[in-house]
Amino acid sequence: MMRGLVLALALLASPAFAVQPGEMLKDPGLEARAREISRNLRCPVCQGEDIDDSNAPISRDLRLAVRERLVAGDTDAQVVDYVVARYGEFVLFTPRAEGSSLILWLAGPAMLLAGAAIAYAMSRRRAVAAEAEGLSEADKARLAELIEK
Amino acid sequence: MIIEFGHFTLVLAFVVALVQTTLPLWGAYRGDARLMAVGDPAAVIQLLLIAASFAALTYGFVTSDFSLKLVVENSHTAKPLLYKFAGVWGNHEGSLLLWVLILALFGACATWFGGNLPARLKARVLAVQGSIGVAFMAFMLWTSNPFLRLDNPPLNGNDLNPLLQDPGLAFHPPFLYLGYVGLSMSFSFAIAALLEGRVDAAWGRWVRPWTLAAWIFLTIGIAMGSWWAYYELGWGGFWFWDPVENASFMPWLISAALLHSAIVVEKRESLKAWTILLAILAFGFSLTGTFIVRSGVITSVHAFANDPARGVFILGILGIFMGGALTLFAFRASVLEAKGVFAVVSRETALVANNLLLAVSAFVVFTGTIWPLIAELVFARKLSVGPPFFDAAFTPFMVVLAIILPIGAMMPWKRAEIRRAIRPLRGALVLAVAVGLLVYAVQTGRSALGPVGAALGAWVLMGALIDLWTRLGRGSVGARLGRLTRLPRADLGKMCAHAGMGVTIFAVAAMTAWVTEDIRTVKIGESFALGGYEVTLAAVNKVEGPNYHSTMADMIVRKGGVQVASLHPEKRMYPVAGMPTTEAAIDQGVFRDLYLVIGDAQDDGGYAVRSYIKPFANWIWGGCLLMALGGMLSLSDRRFRVAAGARKVAAMPVAAE
Repeated sequence: MMRGLVLALALLASPAFAVQPGEMLKDPGLEARAREISRNLRCPVCQGEDIDDSNAPISRDLRLAVRERLVAGDTDAQVVDYVVARYGEFVLFTPRAEGSSLILWLAGPAMLLAGAAIAYAMSRRRAVAAEAEGLSEADKARLAELIEK
Repeated sequence: MIIEFGHFTLVLAFVVALVQTTLPLWGAYRGDARLMAVGDPAAVIQLLLIAASFAALTYGFVTSDFSLKLVVENSHTAKPLLYKFAGVWGNHEGSLLLWVLILALFGACATWFGGNLPARLKARVLAVQGSIGVAFMAFMLWTSNPFLRLDNPPLNGNDLNPLLQDPGLAFHPPFLYLGYVGLSMSFSFAIAALLEGRVDAAWGRWVRPWTLAAWIFLTIGIAMGSWWAYYELGWGGFWFWDPVENASFMPWLISAALLHSAIVVEKRESLKAWTILLAILAFGFSLTGTFIVRSGVITSVHAFANDPARGVFILGILGIFMGGALTLFAFRASVLEAKGVFAVVSRETALVANNLLLAVSAFVVFTGTIWPLIAELVFARKLSVGPPFFDAAFTPFMVVLAIILPIGAMMPWKRAEIRRAIRPLRGALVLAVAVGLLVYAVQTGRSALGPVGAALGAWVLMGALIDLWTRLGRGSVGARLGRLTRLPRADLGKMCAHAGMGVTIFAVAAMTAWVTEDIRTVKIGESFALGGYEVTLAAVNKVEGPNYHSTMADMIVRKGGVQVASLHPEKRMYPVAGMPTTEAAIDQGVFRDLYLVIGDAQDDGGYAVRSYIKPFANWIWGGCLLMALGGMLSLSDRRFRVAAGARKVAAMPVAAE
């Protein structure tokens, strides 16, 4: 049981050396793009790590593949498509806003709108109710008492 | 023998908790003062019993009693004493024992500090608190007993996970649990209020200190966890949007909302039903967090033992408590009539907006965390939701929150004018925009994150300072400062916490946008440039630690030929656990951290070296500490202390009975 935890942590944090100096591209512009793309690609065999931080051999292969495609002249989107076509959408950290994943993307804004609408409706109702009520009998009596003084 | 004693006291505590749940509740229903009074001694006895049980388990760890299964799995004779203590809660079973210990502690605090509560309300609060104890002690005794013995004890243990052998992490779980479990008090108060069918200003005043305390502990716990991740995991990230981090972040967001809405209940007797709902949800998210960490349903780097039976049990607890509480809420919420009315533009509305944004952002985090599970179960899609999603989906709500915060904080209750509220803030607005533009001008070709974050941070921070300044009244600087000590602590706390929020926003944006990174192979004796610094790898040595072997680098950092720091990043190997860790070496500065990591030896005889300049790194946690400090100031406010003083007076006739 604890082995699960140890394994999980080992996968995450064992030599926190992910991108090796030897893998990096000479062109700083291309390398920056490679790093950016790597941040959004999940290591297929690890616990929620991106391939940039991961130590698994497959992540190394993916890092090299990403760089290869970039050198070949692919755009960022093409590189991502290339990886997703081979490993499935599981490797994408940002689910594409299409199909059922739209729910994920729209859940927050939808809830904000719904919440704002409810809050507005409640405050309107309360304001109307308060105006309609006016002073209660007790309040009127108290007011009269105060005026007497 | 001591272990069996601890096991026995845990069973006894379970029985006491059963009594604490049933008798006071029945007494409150029947109006029987004697039955209601059972709650107080029961809560204290429960605490003593669980404390004895915890002490027994600690004894097992400190004496390395390897006939105990848990000690074998998580300890080793060579482990430093501090981590023998920390090992008690560095695992599933032991951390649960800490969980119920803190739960019982809060229950006992409710009797110690709750003398001014009406007897019926207090009886109900203690009963609900007891019922949570029953559920979790049943969970422990039936699925996760820490006191199990082994037939054939081994000679030595398997050692604690090396990553957990760190002072930062040793004390991070207790703080986090104090926060998680502290929210059980708000929950108990909410349920008790629903049973009473009454929520008034007094209730708001009673529930706020508990929520505030829980929130302070959560803030500190999360900050410590983030600080640990920053220096221990070796690439200087401070937040990973990991399911377990999210599990602690969701209750933090909701309890922050609850703190603010409880003010409205206390001052204006409005938003009652909503506040009750938040109190229920805050604890619900705590339980969800427990479920995520311990069920293994969602894979996480922090996940404890993955046992389906445990997952089902916790889901059962979650279902019963949340289902029960929300059903009760549905039936009784209508009883809670609001008194204070307020205009659309007022501080109440600003606080509603705060609540809405915090609740929605917690909901976004929640959806993102469980989405992979839903996608697989419902849509048969295996997908991942990671940091880039959360950055994109969560940040906009925080941006809006930061924009309205200074305005809302200075609005008067009931009815306000936007223009009048903004007037004193013009200076802050101008400054914030100027900071943003300046940053934009200085950094060319980089993302908008830096300027926007810097401007927002400056806006919130300046807003808090201007708020303080206006609260100090008119007159000379000296006269204003003279009034500083006379300001209610709650107001000081508010400004301090808001300022902390501004600092953290600024620092997160600054560090993310302006980090300098360098990855290369360095041979011994070689130097390289990092930003304005020159880093030299002087030597690499083998060093023996108490329970690990270390490869320690000796690195010198110079600026303009003058030595700035001598740093010693390490790579450690823990042979018992068979696991390496990296120990980054950090030169902390006010405006930047130098962050060096040594990696594996390379084929050409050099070492892989990662180095970073992290601007404003410490400000992230500094802001968190300011927030926690603000909470503490607010907690020490006179109105809570006066209430505590009133308790003594009220307690006398009770004693005379």
